[in-house]
Amino acid sequence: MSRKMLGALVRSEARLALRDPGTTLFAVGLPVVLVVILGCVPSFREHSADLGGARVIDLYLPITIVMVVALLGLSLAPGALARYREKGVLKRLATTPASPALLLAAQGAVIAGLAVLVAALLHVVGAAAFHVPTPEQPVGYVLALLLTIATLIALGLFIAAVAPSAGVANGIGVGAFYPLMFFAGLWVPREAMPDALVHIGDATPLGAAVGGLQDSMSGSWPSLSHVGVMVAYIVLCSLGAARWFRWT
Amino acid sequence: MAGSGSTTIEVAGLEKRYGDREVLRGVSFSVRQGEIFGVLGPNGAGKTTTVEIIEGLRGQDQGTVRVLGLDPWADRQALTAQLGVQLQESELPARMTVDEALALQAAFYDAPVDTAALRDELGLTEVRRTRFGKLSGGQRQRLSLALALVGDPRVAVLDELTTGVDPHGRRDVWDLVERVRDRGVTILLVTHLLEEAERLCDRVAVLDAGRIVALDTPAGLVRAAKGASTIRFRPSVPIDDSLLTAIPEVASVTHAGPTVRVTGTGELVHAVVAVLARHQVVAQDLRIEQATLDDAYLSLTSSPAPEPRGAGESAGESAPQTKASAKGSTAGRATRRS
Repeated sequence: MSRKMLGALVRSEARLALRDPGTTLFAVGLPVVLVVILGCVPSFREHSADLGGARVIDLYLPITIVMVVALLGLSLAPGALARYREKGVLKRLATTPASPALLLAAQGAVIAGLAVLVAALLHVVGAAAFHVPTPEQPVGYVLALLLTIATLIALGLFIAAVAPSAGVANGIGVGAFYPLMFFAGLWVPREAMPDALVHIGDATPLGAAVGGLQDSMSGSWPSLSHVGVMVAYIVLCSLGAARWFRWT
Repeated sequence: MAGSGSTTIEVAGLEKRYGDREVLRGVSFSVRQGEIFGVLGPNGAGKTTTVEIIEGLRGQDQGTVRVLGLDPWADRQALTAQLGVQLQESELPARMTVDEALALQAAFYDAPVDTAALRDELGLTEVRRTRFGKLSGGQRQRLSLALALVGDPRVAVLDELTTGVDPHGRRDVWDLVERVRDRGVTILLVTHLLEEAERLCDRVAVLDAGRIVALDTPAGLVRAAKGASTIRFRPSVPIDDSLLTAIPEVASVTHAGPTVRVTGTGELVHAVVAVLARHQVVAQDLRIEQATLDDAYLSLTSSPAPEPRGAGESAGESAPQTKASAKGSTAGRATRRS
């Protein structure tokens, strides 16, 4: 019974997400455009000694994927959940056999599905247009991607739990997005950062996420420290969200 | 009809406080199966808190609640399958269409009703593909009622059933609620529309400042209010006031041009007409103004004072307003031509 409810909620949430121009534009359109623009810069397709022999485009593919997951998890999901709470959607669900928790699960599933699809799309575009290699450690890569998604969903839930309103939830989400993406290397790739910044970045959720993805791209397993950092954020944020989330 | 079935909702000694504010101070009532039971009262009287406890959305501080034999707070999972709830001010995602909302709600229940038929009955078929964000207030309200009924509930709790619904749609909604009740569904109706309570409810509980101040049929409430009735007429020949003031039921006689206005209690009309007839006077243009549920309600409740915020404020302070509110009651009198 509850599987039938979850299925219906996932379909409904997916439909609503795709109908939201913000989601399709920022989570699908923007990253593809970004990868294409970067790939069209000739020097970004050259191996660079400054980046340890890597190409900028190769480094930016996982960074862009993390950015998509961060946009979905940090800026779209907390606002949507807080809005559901403000509009009484969660309260109404609480009066039916479907619980509000089921709706959270459905939202998580939709975000995860969308993130996986966009990641695959970016890899296809990157490989076809700019010869970005496929991850040499695919299992490790998928593991790192799933951990990244789980980390950002947990962070988003935590924000939705502590924010008193949809506006504040959006603000916190967007406010957290920029510093977190800095450590993920959106502006300066981790390979070009001073060691100190890389070490700080390793302790942030998105720095660990990009680190794990890039390790798997080059053939090794995601390092235990990156995995550990993400798991720690998942556990802490989930506990906090469970503690403070209000349905009404 | 009421009176035949077993008890479906049983509320006893309900107490609830939010911080310093006592919201419910010992509310007790029971609703029989197949009954439409109204909860009336001014803003802040505790209506919504009462129904939210019955729905299992809130726990009470004191007292017991049983709905279909279940404790709504502890057995929420079991109860929700048999309970339909229309919440006051509950929205849907703006981009969800009417049909999608109905289908999603239907997926929550083992044996939902035919959503297309329900949609028809509530006049939502023409907007079936319209998104919630584009629906009018009345359409939203009717959709919210539809969602409460999708699961074919045994008990329906409807909070502010027809708020925002135009008078024509209101009658359609009332007809539907009556048909639903005729299927044996027990209905708890929170309303501030006295016309709605008078039309639909078998019994009404009037809540004021966290207490039930009256519980009766709508007609019983009107009788109990003993509202003075007023008659107006134009006598066919001039009459002496003493003819009328001598009648025991008459309280006062006043004149407005050729029209005589008589107030009093009891069988006022019969008494006055009988005396006039005995003196071969015809009461032309006779109009009777009777006490209505409005009068009963106003005499029972304190005026809707702003919700007390500070500590130490109590409902006792608003008690003197009860009398003052009677002033407004003439506005609510129904005038009938006899």
